[in-house]
Amino acid sequence: MMRVLTWAYLAAAYAFVFLPVAVLVAFSFQDGRLPVPPFKGVTLDWYAKVLGNDDLVAALLNSLLVAVVSSVIALLLGFLAAHALARVRLPRSALMRGVLIAPMTVSYLIIALGLLSLFNMTGVRLSLWTAGIGHVVINLPLCFAITYAAMGDHQRNAERAARDLGAPEWKVLTLISAPMLSAPLAAAFFLSVTFSWDEFIIAFLLTRFDVTLPVEIWSMLKSGLSPATNAVGSLVFLVSVTLVILLELTVFRKRP
Amino acid sequence: MTAAVRIADVSQRYGAALALDRVSLEIEAGEFVVLLGPSGCGKTTLLNIIGGFAEPTEGTVLIGGRDMAGVAPKDRPTTTVFQDYALFPHMSLRDNVAFGLRMRGVHRASRASKADEMLALVGLEGRGDRRPHELSGGQRQRVALARALAVEPDVLLLDEPLGALDLKLRRQMQDELKAIQRRVGTTFVHVTHDQEEAMAIADRIVVMNAGRIEHHGPPREVYLYPKTLFTASFMGEVNRIPVQGGRAPFGPVPVPDGTLLIRPEAIRPTGSLHIGLCKVEDAAFFGTHVRAHVTPVTAQDLTLVVHLPQSQLPEAGAVMDLGAETYVVLTK
Repeated sequence: MMRVLTWAYLAAAYAFVFLPVAVLVAFSFQDGRLPVPPFKGVTLDWYAKVLGNDDLVAALLNSLLVAVVSSVIALLLGFLAAHALARVRLPRSALMRGVLIAPMTVSYLIIALGLLSLFNMTGVRLSLWTAGIGHVVINLPLCFAITYAAMGDHQRNAERAARDLGAPEWKVLTLISAPMLSAPLAAAFFLSVTFSWDEFIIAFLLTRFDVTLPVEIWSMLKSGLSPATNAVGSLVFLVSVTLVILLELTVFRKRP
Repeated sequence: MTAAVRIADVSQRYGAALALDRVSLEIEAGEFVVLLGPSGCGKTTLLNIIGGFAEPTEGTVLIGGRDMAGVAPKDRPTTTVFQDYALFPHMSLRDNVAFGLRMRGVHRASRASKADEMLALVGLEGRGDRRPHELSGGQRQRVALARALAVEPDVLLLDEPLGALDLKLRRQMQDELKAIQRRVGTTFVHVTHDQEEAMAIADRIVVMNAGRIEHHGPPREVYLYPKTLFTASFMGEVNRIPVQGGRAPFGPVPVPDGTLLIRPEAIRPTGSLHIGLCKVEDAAFFGTHVRAHVTPVTAQDLTLVVHLPQSQLPEAGAVMDLGAETYVVLTK
């Protein structure tokens, strides 16, 4: 009896989490004009329509570009900051760590508004670059926190040994520190990419003519519900799932 | 490759604490020196200063006649074997050993052959493609040794390299370390808190305590003729007997006033220094010897620890005539 209840509870929990996604994906195949019940049959027309829509495809590519470039920059800066703070004893290093992580506690809306007024003041025109800068701001604390937490004595000693054997600092970083941290670095990178990929409010406020996919989906929704939106949503979900699976395969499988 | 090390008046201060207090030491080229002392005595600090991982507050370090002030570890003619091995887990053993050569711009083929040669030197031939996690602790320490020696340093620094190994393996590695040092001729500076290890491998033992050098000399001298009470008791068990006016508690002794130090194994039925009749309080078999507590009949307050031959297990209460062959007196 307890066994049945356990399974029922598990099933209910999963249903709660995944039912909306399942409905979204199911109605992206709707053979009809509205993504609402009753389900009228299966068609791939909406996917064809979405992939044939140049604006959508351009937004999708923009999103990928912003996600990858901003994540690489956030990772690089976060890793270097973590390495420096883990290696050198600096006065107020606890404060510096705090300041680096602080943006995590600020809402995306506030960050976006702050950056928006900053760009207005300095005369920087809004573009994918400005959205990318916004994504670096939100992902850098994450990359910093993940890599900093992963650094330990084990690694410090290996770096010390490398220096002792004649390695200059940039070779210590590239040949020892980064490879030893490959798992947390990959985790930080994939998480950053997924966060940037899904992010709406910063991208909405900091882009103008070229937009990212969430912003494009937003403008599609303004003209009403359509299975095409579901199709785009399913594609976004597919990319996110792929990233998570990649993360599982590359990062967590390596754990001894 | 080998070089002499000269440490002159080196002090190291951490805030208010004095980790090293005007330490001076001359190490000859090719010598195997062991820095021995309890934790916190400054031995590791001294090693770090030689290796360039710490700058001394005062004093100078010369290696091969060159002043090392301001010279980074990577530019020093020293390499270090660390206690926790500090191998690079993402590299094969060959790449680990060849890392220093790679940093010196040696070509791939020649550094690989040198690495294989070094792995053979430490008894790991043919394992170059393995990863560090596939090895036992003793094997990892051998790789660390090969890696440090591959760049042919003038001075090899060993920071408690055998500390993490079990006793049997440690004894075996000591013999190998000594043999390898003889073969390569490099100056070895080895830090340990194990006095048996120090005696097994050192040409010279430097006994340190509270940031100072208490005594340095060959193992035999440091053990048998310690210059300080600290050295005497750190090197092994010792009986301390006060002597005043030419008299020890058990009778007259032909030595100056001070503290008479006698090792338990130096006490035997004969000997130039006569202790006299002693009553056995208890005795236990220790494998290599019998350890007994005895009380001289003429000094009931004094208890001596005595190591007797294996063959002799006296009953408690037995009385035996004892003396000492080797002893030392520390005058006040």
